[in-house]
Amino acid sequence: MFYIYCPYCGEHREEEEFHPKGQAHIERPKNPEECSDEEWGDYLFFRDNPRGVHHEMWVHAVGCRKFFNITRHTVSYEILETYKMGEQPSITAEGQNHSREAAAVSHQEGVRA
Amino acid sequence: MSNAATFDTRTDTAIPVESPLAYSYRHSGAPRGSGYRLKLRERAMLGHLILRGGAIVLDEAVREVLGINLPGKPQALVQDASGERSIQWLSPDEWLVIVPGGEEFPLETQLRERLGDAHYAISDVSGGQTLLEISGEAARELLMKTVIYDVHPSNFPVGKGVTTVFAKATTIIRRPSEERWELVVRRSFADYCYRWLLDAGSEYGVNVEQ
Repeated sequence: MFYIYCPYCGEHREEEEFHPKGQAHIERPKNPEECSDEEWGDYLFFRDNPRGVHHEMWVHAVGCRKFFNITRHTVSYEILETYKMGEQPSITAEGQNHSREAAAVSHQEGVRA
Repeated sequence: MSNAATFDTRTDTAIPVESPLAYSYRHSGAPRGSGYRLKLRERAMLGHLILRGGAIVLDEAVREVLGINLPGKPQALVQDASGERSIQWLSPDEWLVIVPGGEEFPLETQLRERLGDAHYAISDVSGGQTLLEISGEAARELLMKTVIYDVHPSNFPVGKGVTTVFAKATTIIRRPSEERWELVVRRSFADYCYRWLLDAGSEYGVNVEQ
């Protein structure tokens, strides 16, 4: 079980209270009419499936019922940070690649993250 | 005053009213007797209001009308001196106000008058939920095996209230005083929660006050 920090409630809560809601920071095209089918399809249907640091949207479904973001490592399942909607993550894949932990993981797995 | 349509859910007409637990008392009984370590009491027909809006706007109005400060801190629960009226933080823009039954409509009207055209919402949810009171020395033990939230006094002091999972049902758990815990449960879940409490409490001995 995860023990997730809700940035709105200001404390850690059981995973049972939360629901994952998919990839975070997806921006709706400013002008849908002028999108190509490919751009619109990308926005609507295609999601990242990275090995490593991933930003996700979660909702505190049973608690305050607010959406917020989680930066999670998809290999270790470790939650690196949580932050409110509208904020930017302080931990990103680019920043993580240089850290020792990520290097160890990719070395161990023998593949590139 | 805003032009929202409002109406008093308590009519003057003599309609027999039953508490959400009336069915449960008939079908599951209400154990009494001495030598109990757990006491249950339903406080039915209270007035429950949900306030939504910005904290600053609501705080002023609530303080003026109800005389209680709007709790700005997460998980906070404040009461008036008598303990009859309370406001609980539910989310950064949502609060639960519980007042004695019959006071909710006048309160809603007064708040609407005071708030005018500000951006807010008030919903009367009195008919949708009920309040169960648990007291007795085994109250915390019972909660420990029922809820996923840590109810140790160091994490759950008096004046705190959280929305969490109570035996699979979404429930608001509050601690208005040292000995007393309150559960705000959905009306439709009241029977389930009541029977859970009877079953879980049977090892301590339960007394139900009606």
